[in-house]
Amino acid sequence: MKTASQETETKQPQKQPDKRFRVLDVTMKRSQYQQDSLIEVLHKAQEAFGYLEEDVLAYVAKHLKLPLSRVYGVATFYHLFMLKPGGAHTCVVCMGTACYVKGSDKILSNLEKEFQITAGETTADGQVSLVTARCIGACGIAPAIVFDGTVAGQQNSESVSKKLHQWQEEK
Amino acid sequence: MAVTTLTIDEVDVAVEAGSTILQASQEAEIRIPVLCHLEGVSDVGACRLCLVEVEGINKLLPACVTEVSEEMKVHTNTPRLQEYRKMIVEMLFAEGNHVCAICVANENCELQDLAVEVGMDHTRFSYRFPTDRDVDVSHERFGIDRNRCVLCTRCVRVCDEIEGAHVWDVAERGEVCKVVTGLNQPWGEVDACTACGKCVDACPTGAIFRKGVTVAEMERDRAKLEFLVTAREKKEWTR
Amino acid sequence: MEWAELQEWADQARQKRKNIRVYCCTSTGCQASNSPAVKKAMDKAVKEANLGTEVQVVSVGCMGFCGQGPIVEVENSQDPNHYRLYEQVTPEQAPSIIKGLQGEIVTATPGNPNHPFFAHQLQIVREHSGQIDPESIEEYLAVGGYQGLHHSLFEMSPEEVVQEITRSGLRGRGGAGFPTGLKWSTVAKMPPGQKYVICNADEGDPGAFMDRSVLESDPHRIIEGMAIAGYAVGADHGYIYVRAEYPLAISRLEKAIKQAKRNNVLGTQIFGSAINFSVEIRVGAGAFVCGEETALIASVSGGRGVPRPRPPYPAVVGLYGKPTLINNVETLGNIAPIITKGADWYASIGTGKSKGTKIFSLTGNVIYNGLIEVPMGITLREIVEEMGGGVPNGGQVKAVQTGGPSGGCIPADQLDISVDYESLSAAGSMMGSGGMVVMDQDTSMVGVAKYYMEFCQEESCGKCIPCRAGTVQMYDLLKKLLAEEATAADLAQLQELCDMVKATSLCGLGQTSPNPVLSTLRYFESEYQDLLQPAMSKV
Repeated sequence: MKTASQETETKQPQKQPDKRFRVLDVTMKRSQYQQDSLIEVLHKAQEAFGYLEEDVLAYVAKHLKLPLSRVYGVATFYHLFMLKPGGAHTCVVCMGTACYVKGSDKILSNLEKEFQITAGETTADGQVSLVTARCIGACGIAPAIVFDGTVAGQQNSESVSKKLHQWQEEK
Repeated sequence: MAVTTLTIDEVDVAVEAGSTILQASQEAEIRIPVLCHLEGVSDVGACRLCLVEVEGINKLLPACVTEVSEEMKVHTNTPRLQEYRKMIVEMLFAEGNHVCAICVANENCELQDLAVEVGMDHTRFSYRFPTDRDVDVSHERFGIDRNRCVLCTRCVRVCDEIEGAHVWDVAERGEVCKVVTGLNQPWGEVDACTACGKCVDACPTGAIFRKGVTVAEMERDRAKLEFLVTAREKKEWTR
Repeated sequence: MEWAELQEWADQARQKRKNIRVYCCTSTGCQASNSPAVKKAMDKAVKEANLGTEVQVVSVGCMGFCGQGPIVEVENSQDPNHYRLYEQVTPEQAPSIIKGLQGEIVTATPGNPNHPFFAHQLQIVREHSGQIDPESIEEYLAVGGYQGLHHSLFEMSPEEVVQEITRSGLRGRGGAGFPTGLKWSTVAKMPPGQKYVICNADEGDPGAFMDRSVLESDPHRIIEGMAIAGYAVGADHGYIYVRAEYPLAISRLEKAIKQAKRNNVLGTQIFGSAINFSVEIRVGAGAFVCGEETALIASVSGGRGVPRPRPPYPAVVGLYGKPTLINNVETLGNIAPIITKGADWYASIGTGKSKGTKIFSLTGNVIYNGLIEVPMGITLREIVEEMGGGVPNGGQVKAVQTGGPSGGCIPADQLDISVDYESLSAAGSMMGSGGMVVMDQDTSMVGVAKYYMEFCQEESCGKCIPCRAGTVQMYDLLKKLLAEEATAADLAQLQELCDMVKATSLCGLGQTSPNPVLSTLRYFESEYQDLLQPAMSKV
């Protein structure tokens, strides 16, 4: 059976040797290349590549038969899609109301000061990306922080900063 | 033809059923200010300048997308609407970097005309002076100065709906929204662009322009877009 | 499938349940407090005590008391008096809880199930939350699951289902409180053909997590509600649009859909009837505005989540241009009980125009926070002071924020207000989706207004000018106020902007974005005045 990526390889002399494109092919095939699966495909692409680089967006546009600008417009509309590579670890500070009332804004400003980055940026050593979220729905254990996908509740500036330092030392 | 009768600013109007309030007002020669509306392409109801009051409805309604109904009583120019329109135009001036004196579209600009129409001589709001709005002159024949863009999305719609090239789209969101070509590439590198120039004709301000045009020289042929649409739909190939 | 067969199936499921059930919450809140390890330790303790034949450790959804998690509950079907609740359980305490079943002393912290936090609740939507394993369709069947769907399909016509929902007085729980029956009948009246049902699970309000909890605790109930809705309005396909920020809810929904399909509860010829209904999940990607119906439709179709002017309403022109019924998670969670227990029963709960119960996420400066489901008409004071236990460390309640970024702040002197749609909006706030954040005396109300305005400004899609540019201008003015650099003229301009943005914005996000400013100006104007530049404030 011929996969979509093999097809493009034969058509394009500058072939895509990257196996990760196979993941995309499978996802797109499962959705029968329906244009309304764009967001789902972008989710998969970000999972596979870490972020949405230009090649990936162009590849998705080509196979879903969508205009480039449309794909770019969708990718930049949603908070969760990243067009630039992130750090090795991600620290998400929840800025939902419950967390805010319990001091998550102070946790964030302390982190920004201590690690000299603003929300949305990655530390100079590439270890930690600092991100904010609009309520992760863990209000009962506010203030909540997500460390690499794991929710931790009732955090404070010290506990978060300790965790980030740990990550930086892992290198 | 089924006809709907209504009054706009106390004037009796009879229009084809299913028309919009905006079409009815044109019939009655009553001017309602518009910005994102462009004859020939779909309406998005985004600029909110054409909002009107309809008796019995406590919400303001956009004239460009609201269908007329029998015995509707529309008011297009109440003091409240005048004030809102003025504020909207003021906010547009505060949001971008609009300097008429050095603009290709000076004296040929719908934003400028709107400012005159709503009686705005300065903006009460704080200027944002955005610094991330760029100029792209990579295209052989055209250029875009995003400082002058009002995000009406007319370029997006003409390119998609009339030319069928979909070179343009809106990217990002909120305050930092911008129109992009292709994957946010330099316009000149976008293969889909046919250099037809419809976006230039559609742009209400000096944001999208023909190269080689200097201050206040901008001329557009807006009627051409509508002409093209009727030409295709009704096979009328002469103007 | 005959009714008797369904009953038999449920009986079989019930027989699998053991006498003593130990419930371990494994929802997001308790998971973050290490509850999976507690569940594991419980399993091990049961094994070690050789109680495997009598005791069953069940991983359940949210019990609501998230602030005190992980929560463990012990229930004995043979002995109703043997009911135990433990809070902040550690894995080390697991053996002692199991040994406690045999009369030994338990070291874990006991909770008080008679505490007003629990006692004031009336659980309809959350009746099974914390009582069944959300990952098992059998557990759902054992508590009467899918009987509402069966009853609808075989005993009622679609019109009768719509009438039942209309008579119940149920109103949309997503925010505006539109009568659910009216929405259903609009879609039902559209000519036959392709129609859709969408479950709006894009719970975006900061400080609200009711929908996440319902999806994590009882996903089959939502699927049942959607299938009944599909039958009533003539739709054979449904979408659940859920936030990507809720991975556990997504995985539990996926499992539930698979189980439902396998058991012919979803798919073609449901229960052997002529009715088809399938459900698909669509995952969002982080955009608050997608909670707005038309933006949600744009997002489900893979585009930018940008709203369009209404009318036409989605009930007439919706997804792919077809009539579409959009209901929020909590609304759909009320459907099955209304069908099985009847509209009259439902309509007997609540106030004149607000029927049934509402789930709130009680958070902020209160001692006991978590999820509560209360009958409409309860007072705000009962919720905040009795159920929530008031402000910790002897502090004072200053205001209660309801309705998220679209709502407002209700001052402490109005705590006796009845919690229903009309009273809350008369007080300048709104029911909203159910966020309820308590603020103490140290909270700056101008700061709160700025917080919400920053939220709206960042979440504005950018399509219409009043919302895109207006929220930015308002946010700047609030920042200026907090920096004590604003003048009386700035404050006047803020008010003008509120009025204009409210009146002219395209969608609900823009139209309601000034509400937090307007409500704090209404009740706490002196805080704004105090921040004005001293020299200029006399103007």
